[in-house]
Amino acid sequence: MSKPKIAFFDFTSCEGCQLNKLNLENDLLDLLELVDIVEFREAMDDKADEYDIAFIEGSISTPTCITRIHDIRRRTKILVALGACAVQGGINAIKNQHSADWVKETVYGEDKYLFPSIPVQPISAVVKVDYEVRGCPMSTPEFLHVLKSLILNRKPEIFDHAVCVECKLKENECVLDKGMFCLGPITRAGCDAICPTFGQYCTGCRGVVSNINKNGAVEMLKQHGFSTKEALNRMKMFCTLELE
Amino acid sequence: MRKNLDIDVHHLTRVEGHGNIVVNMKEGVLEKAQLEIVEAPRFFEAILKGRNFHEVAIITSRICGICSLGHQLTSLKATEDALGLDITRQTELLRRILVDGATFQSNTLHSLFLAAPDYLDVGSVFPLINTHKDVVLAALRLKRIANEIGELISGRAVHPIACVPGGFTQIPSAKNLLALKNKLVNEAIPDAEFIVDVIASLVEKIPVFSRETEYISVKSEKEYGLYDGDIYSSDSGSYKVNQYLEITNEFVVPHSSGKHAKFNRSSYMVGALARFNNSHNQLNPLAKAAAEKLGLKAPNYNPYMNTIAQVVEIAHCIASSIELIDTLLDEGLKNEKPNQEPTKYGRGFGLTEVPRGILFHDYTYNKQGKIEKVNCVIPTGQNLANIDDDMKKLVPEIIEETKEQITHKLEMLVRAYDPCISCSVHVLNVEFIE
Ligand code: SF4
Ligand code: SF4
Repeated sequence: MSKPKIAFFDFTSCEGCQLNKLNLENDLLDLLELVDIVEFREAMDDKADEYDIAFIEGSISTPTCITRIHDIRRRTKILVALGACAVQGGINAIKNQHSADWVKETVYGEDKYLFPSIPVQPISAVVKVDYEVRGCPMSTPEFLHVLKSLILNRKPEIFDHAVCVECKLKENECVLDKGMFCLGPITRAGCDAICPTFGQYCTGCRGVVSNINKNGAVEMLKQHGFSTKEALNRMKMFCTLELE
Repeated sequence: MRKNLDIDVHHLTRVEGHGNIVVNMKEGVLEKAQLEIVEAPRFFEAILKGRNFHEVAIITSRICGICSLGHQLTSLKATEDALGLDITRQTELLRRILVDGATFQSNTLHSLFLAAPDYLDVGSVFPLINTHKDVVLAALRLKRIANEIGELISGRAVHPIACVPGGFTQIPSAKNLLALKNKLVNEAIPDAEFIVDVIASLVEKIPVFSRETEYISVKSEKEYGLYDGDIYSSDSGSYKVNQYLEITNEFVVPHSSGKHAKFNRSSYMVGALARFNNSHNQLNPLAKAAAEKLGLKAPNYNPYMNTIAQVVEIAHCIASSIELIDTLLDEGLKNEKPNQEPTKYGRGFGLTEVPRGILFHDYTYNKQGKIEKVNCVIPTGQNLANIDDDMKKLVPEIIEETKEQITHKLEMLVRAYDPCISCSVHVLNVEFIE
């Protein structure tokens, strides 16, 4: 195939996933040999009509988001969701845990004129998503893997085992045993267990494994001293929608 | 003379977040000259309600990927203040190095990759890879080293991992810190000097414009104010962090989902130029030399020069991080655990200079160590009114130029502020009513 045309779009997000791509300093120039970046608002002025691969960051959270994503889907051959916000709603979706009325009342106060906001949804709730790169921020090695696979016309590898597996391979001391909280047992691997490797607990940013045993996870956390309420609350930091 | 003008830049490019520039002149009267913020609000204050103090900085980091370290540290400072958690000198030194790294990574990204294309008449950094490869490579190397600082000390440059209330979950090794320092000395300093020379050759292309305004930044007796200090206004002097609401006076305007701010005048400016104007005496020699070469003298009233002040700070932060690593290594690294035993519960404040300006977090915790009330005041929000005031002065001054030229100058103006629009709409005012 000739150089694929790729484009990046941001929806409701912190733009950290986009920034993470620009942090690929060592690979950036090589990558540009392989692809044509035709649209990337954060970094360039150009706009394009169609693309081979569209990378989407961020969640759907306003009516305009819905029109925009349909438009992008029509123009692109392949659509890839990048990061927790796009893949599973991420941090944005915590707002869905509260009633819309409460959010409106507490947030807008007297200034109710504001912009329309709808419950937060992942991209796949609105259009077909072909591939995803998980994480908050999205993992850059995984992004490179997906991009290279697509350029070579191969199917990217998808992870569906728990972070614990990677953590054990790294021979980390288990943070649960240190008395900390952790979501490694139910979270999808692919990040090389970077948080426990740095002594921090896994917050579940990559979303849950597909065969999750939610009650078992809550039981396990209870045995480590966390109440059911606390365990569920913390499980929903990045995974409100997956755990509904 | 031109009597009518209609400019509408929808979704301005090369800025972080979504904003439109709208200018409207009818029969010689300027009816509108404003930056409209159209980013979707994200309700962070509502999202944080009820969260445990361990989780708060993890969430606030996600207000903005580009300022994620700044949001984390400001958040940790507010939490530590509220819960009475003391931190050690080692924690403070490590955090200062992180702030230096994050500042020069962001300033490099903005000045070289987002703003410089304007001065070289191209639409993005990509064509420069062919025409100015050495500059692009030097900037990429600088960004990489800056990110390595974050990766070594905090685990990750975007959304740091190891920074927690009361300290760090993991301390870097002396060996790795030394290797990082050598790289800063041997690679980052020459690259920064090279970049200063390149930018110095472009300074003459910066639009001539001047509007004196109020400059607000962190100021400290000890050093160039970045990590800590008091709030300082060029109009009326110093204030403590817990007085921040008297300074920011946020208000809602219909054209922006991010709130505006004003203090002594109708608007004030925060960011690199404000810091430079307020604290230039405390820059280190490398940065002073850079300012001299770049022709930046305090006080400077041209907002386009904010980009130049950012370049001066690149030099400052590199030299400062080297010095801090030396101090840490001299004093010897200790394998400290974070201090996470609250001694009280209540309200706490944090402030830090993030690349785009002064940032405030203000938290109230209940007795269970859970968040009851939150307020964050973001730099870009504080700059919005100032940007509008600049546009109102600028448009009549350049009204005889072509519409394309006027539009381009307005885009460059907004870009010079390095606006971080997703931050600025973190939310509108919040009171948790229960
Ligand atoms: S997934 Fe995380 S890093 Fe990526 S845009 Fe969302 S909040 Fe930012
Ligand atoms: S360890 Fe957990 S929180 Fe950290 S990156 Fe991996 S999945 Fe995300």
